[in-house]
Amino acid sequence: MSKQYLLGNEAIAHGCLESPVDFVSGYPGTPSSEVIDILRVQGERGYHVEWSVNEKVALENALAAAWCGVRALCTMKHVGLNVAADPLMTSAYTGVTGGLVIMSADDPYAHSSQNEQDTRCYAAFARIPCLDPSTIQEAHDMVRDAFALSEEFGLPVLFRPTTRICHSKGDVTLGDVKASTRVGRFVKDPRQYVVIPAHTRILHKKLNEKQPGIKRRLAESGYNTCSVKGRDAVIASGISATYVQELLPDDVSFMKIGAYPIDEAWLEEFVRRHEKVLVIEELAPVVEEVVRQVAGCVTVHGKKDGHSPYEGELSPRAVAKIMESAGIRPKIQFVDADPLPDIPPRPPIMCAGCPHRPVFHAMRKVFRDGIYPSDIGCYTLGLQLGAVDTAICMGASVTVGSGIYHSGEESDIVSTIGDSTFLHTGIPGLLNAVYNGAEMILVILDNRTTGMTGHQPNPATGVTATGEATIPVSLEAICRACGVHFVETVDSYDLVGLETAMKDAKARPGVKVIIARQPCVITARRAGIKRGRYRVDPDLCTGCGLCVKFGCPAIEIAGEKPHISDLCSGCGVCAQICPFGAIAKEGRR
Amino acid sequence: MSPGYDVLVVGIGGQGTILASNVLGEACLIEGRPVKGAETHGMAQRGGSVESHIRIDGEYGPLITPGTADIIISFDLLEALRYKHYVRPGGKIVANRHFVVPTSVFVQGAAAPTEEEIRARLGDVGLCLLDAEAMAAEAGSPLAANIVMLGAASHFLPLSPDSLRKAVEKLVPQKTIEINRKAFDLGREAGAGCRE
Ligand code: SF4
Ligand code: SF4
Repeated sequence: MSKQYLLGNEAIAHGCLESPVDFVSGYPGTPSSEVIDILRVQGERGYHVEWSVNEKVALENALAAAWCGVRALCTMKHVGLNVAADPLMTSAYTGVTGGLVIMSADDPYAHSSQNEQDTRCYAAFARIPCLDPSTIQEAHDMVRDAFALSEEFGLPVLFRPTTRICHSKGDVTLGDVKASTRVGRFVKDPRQYVVIPAHTRILHKKLNEKQPGIKRRLAESGYNTCSVKGRDAVIASGISATYVQELLPDDVSFMKIGAYPIDEAWLEEFVRRHEKVLVIEELAPVVEEVVRQVAGCVTVHGKKDGHSPYEGELSPRAVAKIMESAGIRPKIQFVDADPLPDIPPRPPIMCAGCPHRPVFHAMRKVFRDGIYPSDIGCYTLGLQLGAVDTAICMGASVTVGSGIYHSGEESDIVSTIGDSTFLHTGIPGLLNAVYNGAEMILVILDNRTTGMTGHQPNPATGVTATGEATIPVSLEAICRACGVHFVETVDSYDLVGLETAMKDAKARPGVKVIIARQPCVITARRAGIKRGRYRVDPDLCTGCGLCVKFGCPAIEIAGEKPHISDLCSGCGVCAQICPFGAIAKEGRR
Repeated sequence: MSPGYDVLVVGIGGQGTILASNVLGEACLIEGRPVKGAETHGMAQRGGSVESHIRIDGEYGPLITPGTADIIISFDLLEALRYKHYVRPGGKIVANRHFVVPTSVFVQGAAAPTEEEIRARLGDVGLCLLDAEAMAAEAGSPLAANIVMLGAASHFLPLSPDSLRKAVEKLVPQKTIEINRKAFDLGREAGAGCRE
């Protein structure tokens, strides 16, 4: 036992080591990525760990491992669970023998996501248990225990920390790391693992019959607790429970929900002892719906009567407002304090020397009136450069492009997708576009890594999650195998090369692919690649401002003329942009 | 207000706010005090505005409520202004006097704010300004600016300077311990002038 100050995801990873886990798979996605990033760099590993190519692939691998009796963890962000939903729904029917814990990290307020969906709804949909931690300590304890619960029920367990758990820190009491002695053995049982109609009907019935037992067991798990103090009560779940605890008056009862499904009889017993119950939870009214079912004539406040929002994340101030609105006076009275107006925003931007920027620059030049479907990754920031017109989900740049083409739209369609996203779910879209005769260009922004989530390797990188060399997949060969005839590979830092390839592609029929290749500047810097620094010659510079418009954060304005700061990574693209030859590598000329 | 001491560390992605918050957390562990924190990860780290909440003696959630922070430690003067509403009446702001103009300002051709303007808008909060870059350079590395800032803020934190020093030594790369030790002391010296 030891106490450490840890990031939520570090505590979760440690909980898995204590369990211990035998198999780990997942696909990176904020805020879930650090769990595998920690597990994959442990020195002595008694488990298999991999970054899979997508969440469906990850979950099927983990499910199979759990069928063989070992403990498996599968991690992803909430929207990844959509990709994995197919195996998820039926894994509840087949069940598992070894513990299977699926960590699906939710992101209320969409800090780094395309939506605010609630994983707890998936758990109810699939009829499997779900654990929802309210503190980092609880996240650690829950994930450690979730494997045993999964084995007890013979079902996968969903574990749903939110951003404010994954990316919060706290003092956490840790247990000892254990070594596993389990070895997987697949025991044939077609009635369990072959879900033909005759089998699946029976499996569905069995799943339904398990439900009352699960509810009773979870009511005793210690994750759902309550204390009766007065005529009013607040019921809260997840991180919001901690906000409520800080603000709760002494004469108000409190119930905390951390495990689902909730035992209705246990809940009813508590609710019926009060006159008024306020439910506070982020996102979907999952707890509130059950409370309303059992409330009888007890007054229930929450989202459905407008006291609490359906969207966004909660905070102590938001919770205080909800309590006030429901007639419960919070212990702390916050005074409104709002940000000052007119402060220039500082959104995240593509790095100095980011290889995506010149590609967008060339694209906007060659396809002035083009339509630019894009995808999920750092390059979605191309929005700031006017080079991203759509982004909906992983892999959809290609399919949105072909869909727009077939609608009859006549503008040039130029889709952009990263290497990792292309390998995740982009390939079927490309295959489909070729097969069904679309006219479009796909630019693969190949920076050899999964940049946005923290530079995890992918099948094109040439190394596995644990750093072993593996065969790097050829994006060119994949595109050709999909039936694309025009596949051109260009250096992302070569503006002329990019423009030439784009003009060529524009002149050809069908689906064309341009692979713009250059390692991510961050990984390049870590790998020790030094390109020197560029500078502006004030005598040659006319102050036209073209380089500034390019948007590299290393290019600042000092007085009339631009100046290049030490953020410069030496990509040399601004030197190609300057029409007066005023930018050159330091030390030259 | 809450019985603990709430620290908001703000800056720009890449400036080392996370290391600074880890030092505070580690110092709490050394003193055996509970601590909670929350921070920006993921895409915002790409040159965006970032914040770390640290609640010393924190028993509940990790988030600090606007208007209640005891201190803001800001690695960039403009960011101090962006988060000023977090500080409680009578609280402190310890800020680097330099700031980076957001790239969007240049690209849009807007006027960049000046140091005087920002200082005027920061108004009469208990402001402690320092030249973190210069002191970090003096200590031996521009990367130590975050530790300079912690040194300056150490006068106002409810943690002993010894625990903070120990935490710094534990968390910075082995080779840079000496530089960071010096950075902390230079910051602490400079911060002494800010105490009333
Ligand atoms: S060479 Fe130019 S474009 Fe490239 S990083 Fe340096 S300043 Fe930015
Ligand atoms: S593009 Fe060349 S001439 Fe124009 S402002 Fe930049 S350095 Fe000066």
